[in-house]
Amino acid sequence: MFKKVCWNTAIAVLSSHAFNAGAAGMGNNEAAFNPAFSLILSGTYGNLQRDPAIPATGFAMNPSPGHEQGFNLGESEMGISANIDPEYRGVATMALSPSGGISVENAFVQTTTLGNGVNLKFGRFFSGLGYLNEQHAHAWDFVDQPLVYATLWNNQLNEDGLQIKWLAPTDVFVELGGEIGKGRSFPGTDRAKNGSGAGALFAHVGDDIGVEQSWRAGISLHQTREENAVSTAVPDLPNTAGGVSNSFGGSVRTAGLDFVWKYAHNGNIRDRYLKVQGEYFRRKEDGSLTYSTTGANITDGYSVTQSGWYVQTVYQFMPLWRSGLRYDRLDPGVAHVGALNAGNVIANYHFNPSRITWMLDYSPSEFSRLRLQLARDNSRQDLADNQLFVQYIMSLGAHGAHSY
Amino acid sequence: MKTKQSVVSVEANPRLSEGYAVAKKILYAFSLLLLTSNAHAALNVFACEPEWAALTQLLGGDTVSVYTATGPLQDPHRIEARPSLISKARGANLLVCTGADLEVAWLPVVLRESANNAIQPGSAGYFEAAPVVHMLEVPARLDRAEGDVHPTGNPHVQTDPRNFLPIAEALTKRMVQLDPQGTAGYEQRLASFAQQWRAAIAKWEQQAGPLRGVPVVVQHKGFPYLNAWLGLKEVAALEPKPGMEPSAAHLMQVLNTLQQHPAKMVLRAAYQDGRPSEWIAQRAHIPAVELPFTVGGSDAAKDLYGLFDDTIARLLKGLQ
Repeated sequence: MFKKVCWNTAIAVLSSHAFNAGAAGMGNNEAAFNPAFSLILSGTYGNLQRDPAIPATGFAMNPSPGHEQGFNLGESEMGISANIDPEYRGVATMALSPSGGISVENAFVQTTTLGNGVNLKFGRFFSGLGYLNEQHAHAWDFVDQPLVYATLWNNQLNEDGLQIKWLAPTDVFVELGGEIGKGRSFPGTDRAKNGSGAGALFAHVGDDIGVEQSWRAGISLHQTREENAVSTAVPDLPNTAGGVSNSFGGSVRTAGLDFVWKYAHNGNIRDRYLKVQGEYFRRKEDGSLTYSTTGANITDGYSVTQSGWYVQTVYQFMPLWRSGLRYDRLDPGVAHVGALNAGNVIANYHFNPSRITWMLDYSPSEFSRLRLQLARDNSRQDLADNQLFVQYIMSLGAHGAHSY
Repeated sequence: MKTKQSVVSVEANPRLSEGYAVAKKILYAFSLLLLTSNAHAALNVFACEPEWAALTQLLGGDTVSVYTATGPLQDPHRIEARPSLISKARGANLLVCTGADLEVAWLPVVLRESANNAIQPGSAGYFEAAPVVHMLEVPARLDRAEGDVHPTGNPHVQTDPRNFLPIAEALTKRMVQLDPQGTAGYEQRLASFAQQWRAAIAKWEQQAGPLRGVPVVVQHKGFPYLNAWLGLKEVAALEPKPGMEPSAAHLMQVLNTLQQHPAKMVLRAAYQDGRPSEWIAQRAHIPAVELPFTVGGSDAAKDLYGLFDDTIARLLKGLQ
């Protein structure tokens, strides 16, 4: 018995030594160079009164929020990151879809030694425009993205290309950024061509006010093209049952404003804090629309200016517990429809989709979060929807620092 | 509209030039505000915590300009990578932090976004205090089930004043390396600091004699270095695991522990919520003692000497 105890102790001592050596990066083995590895596990339960496939009124040619009913395994997200060599750092995030299959969410290389406030990133990354766009789903304050992100950016603009950012050498935070890319995802379409298919410019300014408050504000511009972007089940003036299939091609230009302000007593975010944020995007699409590609197939000019905004606030009222409120609103705009399609395409919906959302979440630790969310969704005319979601988000392994 | 314009242009010249001068002044003031205001200092220092800001200021004198990233009433584990921190890091040529993963939640983002080569990990401008000293509570089992544990050991090294001597020495070496012209000044300031600090430690140790062997409860495992220095005996922690909020069930358990192993006081850092320790204090009939934990954590802890003067004074008061 005594012998056994001794053995165990000896092994424990040995293994803890070996372990510490490894942890300190002193071990002379390959494993010491393993990258940081993280895994996000998430899932939701959704209770909706309406079919989630119905698009917001006036936004049938845009993506839908993509809610799901019942129990759902959310996307599990696997992240790997490490310095590649003294010059580069690599980051990859794979989304494991519950129905099987892996998709590359992010896979980019970042420079680490350019200095002078310059950061260069290339590969696939979330665009730096707006405030929410760069945040991964596990860092969202609500189960879903605001309507304006869902409809104008298909939740998040993901770009294959190049990003350059420059941080001004000033006491106040001033950051300028530019991106060029393929423009393969909405609002662009994947096109076989040389050169750049999309471009974005953004500027962010931020600072502290005393020790308790901090803020950041930004402005963004984005430009791309859509070609043969087919949308199905689009309602039309003749009231075709089940809608028609339209195809749009043309330029897409978007401008946005974003701001976020945070407050914490003594600047101590552990106990209580308040966060208020809002964003506004306005998009002009200009080109030609082919009405009912499977039927009449009539092409004529089409241009429309869509816009949307949200304001949300999240309050951590005691350690571990937060509650949030969000108001969303969209404006489908009034389209200029060419004469040939004037009797076919709906130009004015006379309806502004909106939604109000409340959430409560509890985070037993920095690595786990449970959330309840209720929403009154008025985004479809005459089809108000009361939505309930329950969500869990858990993160394993290396937990990288979050951005502001 | 037109008439108004012509009125302006009649008496334009003096007013306009005056307005121009004012605008120029405002622009100048604004650009001064924008530009890093410490261009004259030899070293622009980004200190992660107030204790390292204070130490760097003592050792650097007026050749350094120090920015403190976190306040004494902020939980140093929970800081956000705020825009202001990123822009301050951009202009720094020396970063002085605790290390040992204390700043892991925000510093990597700040460093990356700052795109400042001078202070990246591994460069001369990146200084960590914890690796210089002997670290305590190095976990034998690295598992998140143990809460917020730090792989290289407990990072709160600033609660033992003896740790400041090797840290000051290493930091001085670093400042000399970065600013060789100031060598004599740095070395002279180090020598006088070391002398005064040793005398102060002797004084504190003498004052703290009655504290040796005194059993205490801590809210967060933030004081192993203080305990080791003064011989305080930690019998329990209010956080069930490091970084986890004290739950009612766990507090009851601590209360039971205290009936078998009574403690003299319950300690917490100034940045921590007072309620859990007050709750225990009331029921166990022992005083709850709030320690400054860092420079600025209390009114009396105005500098590093004040930090330990006040820490000892508060502990002695808790003993009465």
